[in-house]
Amino acid sequence: MYLLYILVGILLLGAAVGPVLYWDKGRRSLVLAIRSLWLHKMRAFLSVLGIIIGTGAVITLMAFGEGSMQEALDAIRKLGATNIIVRSVKPPENSATAGRSRVAIYGLTQDDYDHFAVLQQGGTITRMVPMRIFPQEMRRLHLMFTGRAVGTTAAYAEINDIPLALGRFLRPEDEENHENVAVLGSRVAQGLFPFEDPLGKTLKLGQSEWVVIGVLKSRTPVGDTGGSMAEDYNNDVYIPLTTCNEHFGSVITYRQAGSFQREQVQLSQVTLTVSDIDKVRTTGELIKSILSRHYRDDTAVSVPLDKLEHAEAEKRRFLGLLAMIAGISLVVGGIGIMNIMLATVTERTREIGIRRALGAKRRDITMQFLIEAVVQTSLGGLLGTLFGLFFAFVVPPAAEWLWGWHLPAQVTALPIFLALIVAVVVGVGFGLYPAYRAAMLDPIEALRHE
Amino acid sequence: MADIVRIIDLVKIYYLESVEVQALRGVSLSVEEGDFVALMGPSGSGKSTLLNQLGCLDRPTSGQYFLGDEDVSEMDDDQLSEIRSKYLGFIFQSYNLLPQYTVVENIEVPLLYQGIKLNAQTREWCIHLATMVGLGDRLDHRPMQLSGGQQQRVAIARALVNDPHVILADEPTGNLDSRTSDEIMERLQQLNDMGKTIIMVTHENDIAAWAKRVIRMRDGHIESDERNHHRTIGTKLAKIDGTAGNGFALRPAGL
Ligand SMILES: Nc1ncnc2c1ncn2[C@@H]1O[C@H](COP(=O)(O)OP(=O)(O)OP(=O)(O)O)[C@@H](O)[C@H]1O
Ligand SMILES: [Mg+2]
Repeated sequence: MYLLYILVGILLLGAAVGPVLYWDKGRRSLVLAIRSLWLHKMRAFLSVLGIIIGTGAVITLMAFGEGSMQEALDAIRKLGATNIIVRSVKPPENSATAGRSRVAIYGLTQDDYDHFAVLQQGGTITRMVPMRIFPQEMRRLHLMFTGRAVGTTAAYAEINDIPLALGRFLRPEDEENHENVAVLGSRVAQGLFPFEDPLGKTLKLGQSEWVVIGVLKSRTPVGDTGGSMAEDYNNDVYIPLTTCNEHFGSVITYRQAGSFQREQVQLSQVTLTVSDIDKVRTTGELIKSILSRHYRDDTAVSVPLDKLEHAEAEKRRFLGLLAMIAGISLVVGGIGIMNIMLATVTERTREIGIRRALGAKRRDITMQFLIEAVVQTSLGGLLGTLFGLFFAFVVPPAAEWLWGWHLPAQVTALPIFLALIVAVVVGVGFGLYPAYRAAMLDPIEALRHE
Repeated sequence: MADIVRIIDLVKIYYLESVEVQALRGVSLSVEEGDFVALMGPSGSGKSTLLNQLGCLDRPTSGQYFLGDEDVSEMDDDQLSEIRSKYLGFIFQSYNLLPQYTVVENIEVPLLYQGIKLNAQTREWCIHLATMVGLGDRLDHRPMQLSGGQQQRVAIARALVNDPHVILADEPTGNLDSRTSDEIMERLQQLNDMGKTIIMVTHENDIAAWAKRVIRMRDGHIESDERNHHRTIGTKLAKIDGTAGNGFALRPAGL
């Protein structure tokens, strides 16, 4: 993959160099440029060091920036750019609802869900996945595991990436037939069925028995998705929402901080999928207006698209900043080139005089020195690119190994193209003045130069 | 015989911080095809200035210069470059080879700027010329690896590569000992025998003795213009067909 990029870069350079090669004087100039560079290896290297460091730094930094940005974007994308996630949020307790014996009633209701369903009939929403999530103790024989029960529908599988280890996920029939079936998260399966195949076995959630129909592979927790903590899906047990409501009723009692909490939350979350990415925002507003009937903040609407765009804007800012740094370092590199080219022109004044006497036109001289400058900066750019790729390649595993840092790097073609193109442009830009100086020398004066 | 070079009332004035230096004060001169001219005169008399004018390296302050049929005094920089690459050959006192190039590559340079595509044929022609000046076994050497005389012979080969109308030489033996000088002069005479027009600046009488015509300058004027009686034009002109007695051709085949 990286090799491919390098190859493409070289091809690009070849496209620039190709015509020069085809042209006789150009080829001579190129050979001459390489020979004179070889003659002053150290000097040439030092003069392009600025370019090497500039391009190298840009490529490495871009790779790191791109890597971490990409990771963030992927996390958001996993939530689905066309999705709208509505959650129940426990409102801040006030004296009226506070109290040990009171049941906290809040959040999304079946009624809200039915309102959303109207939108689905209208076609703006193509899919709705309701979820009822609550802490639950799970038992089997003498084993106990505390995880979360997730009452949902088969559509859950469509919006979440659920890798099955065994069996199957919930199906619409399970819900229609009010089946007592459960799909276990990987850690639940390990905790309750350490030595056996859980498929077809039963476990107890509360007072009721459930048959295991599937087990999921371990899922990496997804980061902060708007309000909630990172969710660890591996402790979940998925059961049909209909059966869930029948068995657990509307009020859930669970222990928190030593005291019993009683809550009535009809739906913990509804994930809605919008038909068209352009309608996501307006639908989000519509959902908010539906929920405003609650007259209090017991729900939260999160639109991953917003975050996605936010993150992308962030990324663009970051790239802009990098481009600026790259620009500055390349200008500095370019000045180094210009300096050395001016010295070269002075040093080779005699040669210029000879060439002019032998019939070289001014533009031949200009081209010769321009090619020399571009050869230097291109080689510098190429070398810098290789260094940059090397670091982007080597640093992440090294950092992981040495300090345990997670330092994602992702090399993309764009910065490589940019670096090489800019290197060529810098060569032309900063080589032009010295080349012009060389061309404007008077042939006789130049010939007389010692 | 037709005049290959004709200058009429050529004036060159250098302006140095309000001081005028009249390097050429109205020089008129014609040179026939196949002639061998030695320019002599005291230092500062304007010999190099005149040669540079003839070599189209500089433009006159006033006056006219016809090279063959072309009026070069009116040409711009690019046109002059083209004239130099096509019709003129230069030999300098300090050889002026390009240090990065090998012998053959040095000889190729004028062709390069003429816009001729360098190929096996041109390379063969350059090798032919190198062999002719006795450097057939040094083709891939660099100037640094050659003696002064050898370098000057490369310069002669280079001056011949474009089959020029005129060869201009500014003190070609100035840096060489007398034996090597004679060797170089023999080469030049050989070229002249083959029909090449040569104009050469020199300080030394025994070098000028190789020429057919000696022009003496003083203070930007031509002071005297004499024929060397022991070497006259015409005797060798039968050989203008382009081959010398030794079988070397002066005109590239098919170029
Ligand atoms: N570029 C220049 N700028 C100003 N004056 C010049 C320039 N070139 C030549 N001159 C002047 O023109 C006059 C003729 O110079 P030129 O070089 O032609 O002499 P020369 O006959 O070749 O002398 P030498 O035998 O020493 O080479 C001299 O007075 C010289 O100072
Ligand atoms: Mg002189």
